[in-house]
Amino acid sequence: MNSRYEVVIGLEVHVQLTTRSKIFCGCSTAFGQLPNSQTCPVCLGLPGALPVLNRQVVEYAIKAGLATNSQIAPRSIFARKNYFYPDLPKGYQISQFELPICEHGWLDIETRDLGRKRVGITRIHMEEDAGKLLHNDSYSSAVDLNRACTPLLEVVSEPDMRSADEAIAYLKQLHQIVVYLGVCDGNMEEGSFRCDANVSIRPWGQETLGTRAELKNLNSFRFIKQAIEYEVERQIDVIEDGGEVVQETRLYDADNGITRSMRGKEEAHDYRYFPDPDLLPLQVSDTWIDEVRSRLPELPAAKLQRYQEEFGLPEYDAGVLSADRAVAEYFEAVVSLFEQPKTCSNWVMGEILGALKEKNLTIDQCPVTPELLAGILKRIDDNTISGKIAKTVFEEIWITGKNADQIIDEKGLKQVTDSGAIESIVADVIAANPDQVAEYRGGKEKLMGFFVGQVMQASKGKANPGMANQLLKKKLSE
Amino acid sequence: MSFSNISISQLRRQLLKGEITAIALTRSCLERIKATDAQLNAFITLCEEQAMTAAAVADQQLANGQGGLLTGIPVAVKDIFNTRDVRTTCGSKILANYVSPYDATAVTRLQDEGAILVGKLNMDEFAMGSSNENSAAGAVHNPWDLSRVPGGSSGGSAAAVAAGQVVAALGTDTGGSIRQPASHCGVVGLKPTYGRVSRYGVIAYASSLDQVGPVTRSVEDCALMLSAIAGYDPADSTSVDCPVPDYMDNLNAGVGGKKIGLPKEYFVAGLDPEVKLAVEATVETYRRMGAEIVEVSLPHTDYAVASYYLIATAEASSNLARYDGVRFGVREDDGSGLIGMYQQTRSKGFGDEVKRRIMLGTYALSSGYYDAYYLKAQKVRTLIRQDFLNAFDRVDLLLTPVAPTPAFKIGALMNDPLHMYLSDIFTIPVNLAGTCAMSLPCGLSREGLPIGVQLIGRPFAEADILQAAYAYEQASDWKERTPPLR
Repeated sequence: MNSRYEVVIGLEVHVQLTTRSKIFCGCSTAFGQLPNSQTCPVCLGLPGALPVLNRQVVEYAIKAGLATNSQIAPRSIFARKNYFYPDLPKGYQISQFELPICEHGWLDIETRDLGRKRVGITRIHMEEDAGKLLHNDSYSSAVDLNRACTPLLEVVSEPDMRSADEAIAYLKQLHQIVVYLGVCDGNMEEGSFRCDANVSIRPWGQETLGTRAELKNLNSFRFIKQAIEYEVERQIDVIEDGGEVVQETRLYDADNGITRSMRGKEEAHDYRYFPDPDLLPLQVSDTWIDEVRSRLPELPAAKLQRYQEEFGLPEYDAGVLSADRAVAEYFEAVVSLFEQPKTCSNWVMGEILGALKEKNLTIDQCPVTPELLAGILKRIDDNTISGKIAKTVFEEIWITGKNADQIIDEKGLKQVTDSGAIESIVADVIAANPDQVAEYRGGKEKLMGFFVGQVMQASKGKANPGMANQLLKKKLSE
Repeated sequence: MSFSNISISQLRRQLLKGEITAIALTRSCLERIKATDAQLNAFITLCEEQAMTAAAVADQQLANGQGGLLTGIPVAVKDIFNTRDVRTTCGSKILANYVSPYDATAVTRLQDEGAILVGKLNMDEFAMGSSNENSAAGAVHNPWDLSRVPGGSSGGSAAAVAAGQVVAALGTDTGGSIRQPASHCGVVGLKPTYGRVSRYGVIAYASSLDQVGPVTRSVEDCALMLSAIAGYDPADSTSVDCPVPDYMDNLNAGVGGKKIGLPKEYFVAGLDPEVKLAVEATVETYRRMGAEIVEVSLPHTDYAVASYYLIATAEASSNLARYDGVRFGVREDDGSGLIGMYQQTRSKGFGDEVKRRIMLGTYALSSGYYDAYYLKAQKVRTLIRQDFLNAFDRVDLLLTPVAPTPAFKIGALMNDPLHMYLSDIFTIPVNLAGTCAMSLPCGLSREGLPIGVQLIGRPFAEADILQAAYAYEQASDWKERTPPLR
């Protein structure tokens, strides 16, 4: 970063909602269907058709508002944003302008370099998406209106971020929240969570904002970071060369890692916003807000804290386990069955997440349910099996879906805790390794590990390692 | 067979008794249309085949003692209502061949009650006009004097009912588009309260003002038609979920003890002396029948027309954006690209008045002008509505002229849009206030042109209007007069 300039970033995020039907009609929102198969007079913008607001969309907006510490407006207004484009069937987009449903929110973010800070959320409003243009060749384009009228939330931040890292920290947190809430699937490639970044620079100490460029086409966290960093350097170069930054929209070109000006027709729009006379002002009662609040899930930030305070987990563990709502729920289910949180954490973070990653599965697809995992942990705890055998049991459960007790039984994996049996194995091991015994007795105590290993091997892992250790020590010092 | 002076109720009785059949009735309508429409040009599209099929179904139902309020009654609707399988042009070249995949709710309701749709009626393009001269299908002629306009924008609806082409029709009223032509054609036209009848499937001109209503020969028919179409529709968020009374009940309740207000701002210079006389005579009749007549004031009346032409055109500029040649309707494209296609389609597809209003509305909403025009007009609208509500604290109904003059000559005002706009001066405030009003025949000028009186009611008090109108209709014989058209 150039030391002479302060970077100022504000973000506009479009969150596509996971409601089953569209925002103003009953058509399905399912992705990847035949073009124009999910349309009706309303989302096709046919003459005479009228919008009817989907209640679920409002509820999702309230959820997102509450989760971002926003104020929910008791009365908000839908407005028409007027412009011509073939993917916009009515020639206007129904959005919210002067009175959005949420205002004055914030999120606390944390970055390594700059620490903790609060990012303001100016507003969250509801709107409909446009359709998609498919360019057949240079002479013709086709219009697919399946996506037209699917519900979006637009989340507009204050220009509070001062680096690409802060922007990413904010975005990741927002992403995590909307996915946690279940209002968005978070898929950035399919465009379910898309971001435009307003980037400007100004000399340190200057209060007024510099002229901003709006960056578009940012469909991954990595590209957002690269685009912002490129754009900052570009603006610095422009200014250092005595030029002026122009207010414009710039497209990120991921192949070349640069931003390009989108000149011409997209610029200088007068959208002629006005209240949509087809929709009444939206009234949201306190009762409704309270009802939605009561059904809000515990959010990641709260879980992070609770896992440390209530379960005594290290911050790292708490962070990993709370990052994904399904993982957190899995972990909490295990803890509810086996009340040693750190052990549960070790197994969920280690065996479970490791195996899922290896096999490219999500936690919902995990064949080892919380009940099955807790079953293993209980058998370790009561010394039925060793931690090592437990890993074998885990693998068997993964494949067969049987529970730990069945597998221990069938495979005869019950730990040997009979001191007589272990004693005899110990005696055999000592007898079979005279050289090592001599070395040990000569002071090379590190060899204890070797002896324990031999005992475990001879017992096929079933000997209680603690007992083996104890008996070996005793025999070897005789 | 002539039925032009028979009420829907009488026709219903005859149909039920088997004295006439729906097929005969429908055929006679179609014959009448064929005999007269070359002179009137009231219809844009006739759907003879569908009508005869529906008539056969109706006769079947009647024979089985089934059917609804309107079974077997031939009606027509303004070409602004979407109808599946019958083209809907909205009086515009841009929709010349447009066929909607769905029916407007009001049309569905009529058909659910058994009405037989015989065709689609001429209108000013996109309901923009007061003379029915702004139609891609050509001007409509007034059946009382073919050299004169029928009024607009529902000119086809009023002319067709007046000329006995159909028993009843539907129109829409945004600033007087049912009442003014009803007045000019000597028929009954009701603009219900905003929200009373679903707008779903009605091509939008100005969404916050548009309202569907009946055009009929008599008050009783009006009540029946309103009963058929009124009521909440979940597909129209602005329709209101409040109970619909039986409008046929208590029609003869009379006006004894009712208070009727005369807004002083409506009886001013510029009002044609014959219109003034006819309206004053109506007032006298009401007084005789026991109504109390009082003068009231609607102080913001002067600002109504200006506000209307800002709000209505603003909404229209947005509502008409969808006619872009991309998905339906006419497309004009010389291959010069997207913007060229938009420009050519809209330049050639829209008529002058529509373009004028799109430009006015676009201007009113533009950045830097919004506050001075659109927002200011909305504030005035609130004041106008308050004027009416204040008046209704004192009176049950308001009585005013409908239009300042009887029907004018075709072509007389075509080059004077401002003058044309003023012909809606008494009807526009009702749309801005969102309440209900009727045009009721109350006289004929020396030249034999009909004159209407306007009765304005409280929001959702259509029944009050119907009762008062029925009382007057019983006390007068205007209903019996029919146009000289052969």
